[in-house]
Amino acid sequence: MTPSSYIQRPNRPLRAYALWYLVFLYIPVLFLPLFSFNDSIYIAFPLKGFTTEWYQDLFANEPLFAALINSLKVGAVASMLATALGIFAAKAVTRYRLPGRKPLIGFIMLPLVIPGIVFGVALLILMSRLGVPLSLYTVTLGHTILCIPFAVATLIPRFEGFDRSIEEVSADLGETAWGTFWRVTLPVVFPGIVASLLLCFTVSFDEFIMAFFMSGTDPTLPIYMWGQLRFPDRLPGVLALGSIILVASFCLVFFAHWLRTFGLQTKSAGRA
Amino acid sequence: MSPGEPIISIADVSKTFGAVRAVESVSLDIGRGEFFSLLGPSGCGKTTLLRMLAGFEVPTSGEISIDGQSMAAVPPHHRPVNMVFQNYAIFPHLNVRANIAYGLRKAKLPRPLLDARVEEMLELIKLPGYGERRSLELSGGERQRVALARALIKRPKVLLLDEPLGALDKKLREQMQLELRALQRSVGITFVFVTHDQEEALIMSDRIAVMAAGHVLQVDTPTRLYEIPNSREVAAFIGNMNFFAARVTTINGRVTTVSAEGLGNFSAPVGESAAATGEAVVVAIRPEKFFLSEHRPDGDGYAIEGVLDNATYRGEQSHFYVRIDGIERAVVVSAQNAKPVLETISDQRRPVWLCWPSEAVVLLNAN
Repeated sequence: MTPSSYIQRPNRPLRAYALWYLVFLYIPVLFLPLFSFNDSIYIAFPLKGFTTEWYQDLFANEPLFAALINSLKVGAVASMLATALGIFAAKAVTRYRLPGRKPLIGFIMLPLVIPGIVFGVALLILMSRLGVPLSLYTVTLGHTILCIPFAVATLIPRFEGFDRSIEEVSADLGETAWGTFWRVTLPVVFPGIVASLLLCFTVSFDEFIMAFFMSGTDPTLPIYMWGQLRFPDRLPGVLALGSIILVASFCLVFFAHWLRTFGLQTKSAGRA
Repeated sequence: MSPGEPIISIADVSKTFGAVRAVESVSLDIGRGEFFSLLGPSGCGKTTLLRMLAGFEVPTSGEISIDGQSMAAVPPHHRPVNMVFQNYAIFPHLNVRANIAYGLRKAKLPRPLLDARVEEMLELIKLPGYGERRSLELSGGERQRVALARALIKRPKVLLLDEPLGALDKKLREQMQLELRALQRSVGITFVFVTHDQEEALIMSDRIAVMAAGHVLQVDTPTRLYEIPNSREVAAFIGNMNFFAARVTTINGRVTTVSAEGLGNFSAPVGESAAATGEAVVVAIRPEKFFLSEHRPDGDGYAIEGVLDNATYRGEQSHFYVRIDGIERAVVVSAQNAKPVLETISDQRRPVWLCWPSEAVVLLNAN
């Protein structure tokens, strides 16, 4: 046995901690899919038997589909708006010598730490003062604001990571500012843009508080699900829907993360 | 070396960044078809000057014209120059062909003609068949060549190169120096080459501007720069040099006689400095212009007795350090190791004669 330094030595307590951490984080969530296949409207052990009834019910539920479409619309528009704004913000803070760059980034990130309920109430008051009727448009507006910090946080490393001189080369080779943006900047940050779109979409799709304050007669999916909880017999259906969303969200976020790191890895390999 | 009207004319150009004076009242003319180098230590303003030619920096004062046209209001993408960046800045999302063809979009060439131009460039940079390679698969030397082709395909009037060989290893750099020089001769485009490597500048250039602290110290051909530098700074920056404090004793036509510390009285050709009798000057003599002798040599030239203090073996040559009474620093003498050196060079102290011919002496202003 050669004596090894503590750097290489496996740390048992740390491993145990990591294991328990994951258990606490994910066990509660795993009850969702478990009970969504349980043949009972009561969420209690012992399990009664296996059924796909709740999933079948979902596909016959028209208000649910309407809510799903609403959420998809809001998510798509809000993620595109937030990402578009995020691109320009990220380009500005990474490319130009801006006075007060640090406070500016802090200001952009502020919606992350402001409690959703405060933001929701504030926007609700603003909308009613302005006389804007609540609708999916106001929900989209609220979600766009919430998504901007996620977009900027995803895009800034992308813009920072790429070498400024490739934009200069483009100018040197006769390309205009817009031409350079379309032919160089955008393609190079493209994986970051896709990651931002996916992340913002997930944030919007799951969001409840802002949607609760800002929606009119058309509910988004989380609002619809919350409404269903008042009826005990609808609960298994909500569990089934929740399970589907869980799987879909996981796939989306995983894909977004993979895209982000994939792009960065190939770029650093090019530097070598 | 600059026949006809210059292609680049830099008139009294200065550039300040806040309180930093990067370039100070530089005036230069660069001739058509010249291989012109800007040489200096890092931070001397050479890259800033190059970026002003490309249009990425705007001069604080002064005027730059290229091919007779003032560049004051011309943005980078409209200038008749192209630049090879220090890090090559290959577009990571494009393959080699698309990288090289990048600048030709505006030209709207038909596809076969465009392909032919790219192929021609790939031949020129000796990377035929590399068109479909991804930029991430290229080695340092290949990236450098692609960057060169991408700039040359635009057929610029002037090609600007910002330390393009700095990132390459020594062997590859030496090979690329020769290739780049040959390429410049074959395409006939004016090259403005920025480097901090004096040997590289001497090998490649028609003319060199030596810069320090934002100023141009001397603009000359490599041989004149090395053999008759016009100041102590230039003499010290390029190659090795021994300096001796001296005083002019007599001036007789083309021959000046000086009295130098430790070396005594001897004559020197009139250098760039026009010193009057009695004035303090600096005598500069390159290490390889000295030679050592066991006995007092006969014939022309001068000699003084000293003590061989130390010697270092450097492969193709050796350096000898000679102590002379009245001189604080040892005089450095270099000699080619023409014969094999079979044992370590003796570093035993022994008397030697330090000899030099009159032509070896360069007179500089004392300051």
